Amino acid sequence: MSHEEHGHEYVPEIATARDGKQYEVQGWQGDFYGGKLGFWLFMLTEVMMFGAMFLTLTYYFSLHHDDFIEASSEFSVLLGGTNTVVLLISALTMGLGLLKMRAGDVKGAKLMIYATMILALVFLAIKGVEWTEDYHDGVFLGLPALQAGNPDSRPLGEILFFGMYFTMTGLHGFHIILGIGLMLWLLKRINAGKVTPEHHILHFNIALYWDLVHLIWVFVFPYFYMIGAGHGH
Amino acid sequence: MSKSYLDAGETHCAIGHPKSVFWQWMLTIDHKRIGLMYAAVIFTFFFVAVFVALTMRIELFAPGAQILDGDTFNQAFTLHGVIMIFLFIIPGVPAVFGNIVMPLMIGAKDVSFPRLNWFTFWLYIFGALIALSSLWTGHGFADTGWTFYAPYSLNTNTNVVTTLVAAFILGMASILTGLNFLVTIHRLRAPGMDFFKMPLFVWGIYATAWIQLLATPVVGITLVLALLEKVFGIGIFDPSKGGDPVLFEHLFWIYSHPAVYLMILPAFGIMSEIIPTFSRREVFGYRTIALSSASIAGIGYLVWGHHLFTSGMSDLAKTIFSFLTFFVAIPTGIKFYDWVATMYKGQIHMTTPMLWALGTMVTFVIGGLTGVTIAMIGADIHLQDTYYTVAHFHYAMLGGVVFLLFAGLHYWFPLMFGRMYNEKHAKRAFWFNFIGFNMLWFPMFIAGYLGMPRRYFDYLPEFQIYHQISFFGALVFITGLIYMFTVLISAIKKGEKVGPNHWNATTLEWHLPSAPPPLENHSKVPYVDFRPYEYHHGDPVVKFNYETMQRID
Repeated sequence: MSHEEHGHEYVPEIATARDGKQYEVQGWQGDFYGGKLGFWLFMLTEVMMFGAMFLTLTYYFSLHHDDFIEASSEFSVLLGGTNTVVLLISALTMGLGLLKMRAGDVKGAKLMIYATMILALVFLAIKGVEWTEDYHDGVFLGLPALQAGNPDSRPLGEILFFGMYFTMTGLHGFHIILGIGLMLWLLKRINAGKVTPEHHILHFNIALYWDLVHLIWVFVFPYFYMIGAGHGH
Repeated sequence: MSKSYLDAGETHCAIGHPKSVFWQWMLTIDHKRIGLMYAAVIFTFFFVAVFVALTMRIELFAPGAQILDGDTFNQAFTLHGVIMIFLFIIPGVPAVFGNIVMPLMIGAKDVSFPRLNWFTFWLYIFGALIALSSLWTGHGFADTGWTFYAPYSLNTNTNVVTTLVAAFILGMASILTGLNFLVTIHRLRAPGMDFFKMPLFVWGIYATAWIQLLATPVVGITLVLALLEKVFGIGIFDPSKGGDPVLFEHLFWIYSHPAVYLMILPAFGIMSEIIPTFSRREVFGYRTIALSSASIAGIGYLVWGHHLFTSGMSDLAKTIFSFLTFFVAIPTGIKFYDWVATMYKGQIHMTTPMLWALGTMVTFVIGGLTGVTIAMIGADIHLQDTYYTVAHFHYAMLGGVVFLLFAGLHYWFPLMFGRMYNEKHAKRAFWFNFIGFNMLWFPMFIAGYLGMPRRYFDYLPEFQIYHQISFFGALVFITGLIYMFTVLISAIKKGEKVGPNHWNATTLEWHLPSAPPPLENHSKVPYVDFRPYEYHHGDPVVKFNYETMQRID
């Protein structure tokens, strides 16, 4: 969230106390800490949103314990694990990019953003492979196996498990796609000279966003892939 | 004559510099203009919902079906609830006065993210259009009640999906408003103004903003899960598929109960502005009022279970929720005693805003205390989903939040338009509203206690008398509403011109260079080394040189 006034430089106002002392007035323009605070608060809403889903998941895990374990054992820990590593490395490149931007190395920062984007695409590709396989196995939202009351139906607990899986990884994937869009926008702003080592709030916030996206995955991964790992199949 | 924010060309726009006045309003990022646009839209929706309610009252004039059949009646109360809750009262005070007045009160030029504010307004409009679009598409408006309880909402074939999407988008708008206000209050206070020098309305907005931010995402994702269940049938919340409908109720009320505090806290803030101003006394117990707002927001999170006393919960959980619900009445009580103590030995000026504030003291106390009775588990088993509950929350919401919103309208009207309405007529309109309101809802307490269930389009003959008194009360009330808005709207153009501080009030929004305020608010930002309501023998203590905004007292 950057706010540059149309062409002319913003000059902060001065408030004068009774004793003549002068105090600088904080304006909304170019308020780095305000931009940071705003985005931290936005991250909090994401935590609450995913938190409610984890709560639902936990509750249904306690209701349908065996079904959840059984369903979870069908996932490939290798693919999920690779994705976890990919995402963790992307968080590293994102962080390094921000450090480079702060240090004044705009070119290096851009390289790191490109690296992050490529890793994000790798993540999406692997996710796509997984979803496609699931679809071919008949396990997907809307397919008969995930509808109650027909011959192909999975047990109720498994339907719930897969339903939550597609909901949460889908929503997470949506955040990844959004993140790639944000990074493209960031590159455009950097090229236009609007994001610079002096004014890098946009870069900071997008890096923060990316941290949250990978953090959520760090919880999604064990909950879906690992609770049934090593349970047969 | 200096220019005001209402004049053509006196605005900053989100995109470009349009010449046409129309686009200057559509694209404006000025917090005052955005607040006014919210006011125009939410009051339009308010009247739509009022007339839907009137239709239901006509239907209920006699037992049996008159003008609505049962299914249409179900859609009517859902429409009434959805509009009143999501389109009117949740944006309500924050969207209108949080936008117009809060930045002025803290000496800011605008909110922290003016473009986000503009975006939020249009997000709200977008959500509202989606909500209303379902009236004319598919199988008509949802018939679930505004709470969308599973599993019925999952099985009905009315447009629940559209309404859920709309509620999600409106929730996002609410979150972004709260976020914007939180950052504004943290970052843009005038130098010297620490948290305990802020006007109490700002405290109300601040506490509310936290609720908007932390509670709304929970209901948002709950609605998304309900949506996915409706589209893909994976069993979340559907007991026949292994889900648990009570989980929906929990997740729904985790937001929707704090939401009622989200509505009332900024309204209490308005009360805390009006009472000291027209008692010409420093507010009694400033810190306790400020901190009670914060504690209502905090405790309000932990009471949602009292909506589920009859839904199947362990007795231990019921007892805990019941206790916590009693507990939330304490900070509310503190506020009331503080307001009364502020008036004690004050020079009370019986202006229209003061009249509305005092009227609210009566109606909200009734609404609040009847709430405490239904927080008792035993009493609630009897009164749950009866007219008693309906009367309770209308006394609290309409007689509390909306009455104070009206009080705020009358209080800040001269500030917003630089003109004054006719006080004689405005006071008369108040009495219509006050008498009509009590006549409309008080009989419902009795009917509900005797067993009249809510949301029924038909009833036993012995309840007829209560419904008929309510009906006539509704007529008086609606007359009062129309009267009030006629008085106010006609004064926008024709009212007598007044100066920037018509009420002789002390907070910063009354120390602007002109009325209506100029585009960028205060000529200079003052240094705040004073408390918000300092009166001495009935006169404001703090005086400014309006050129330099330095204190000269």
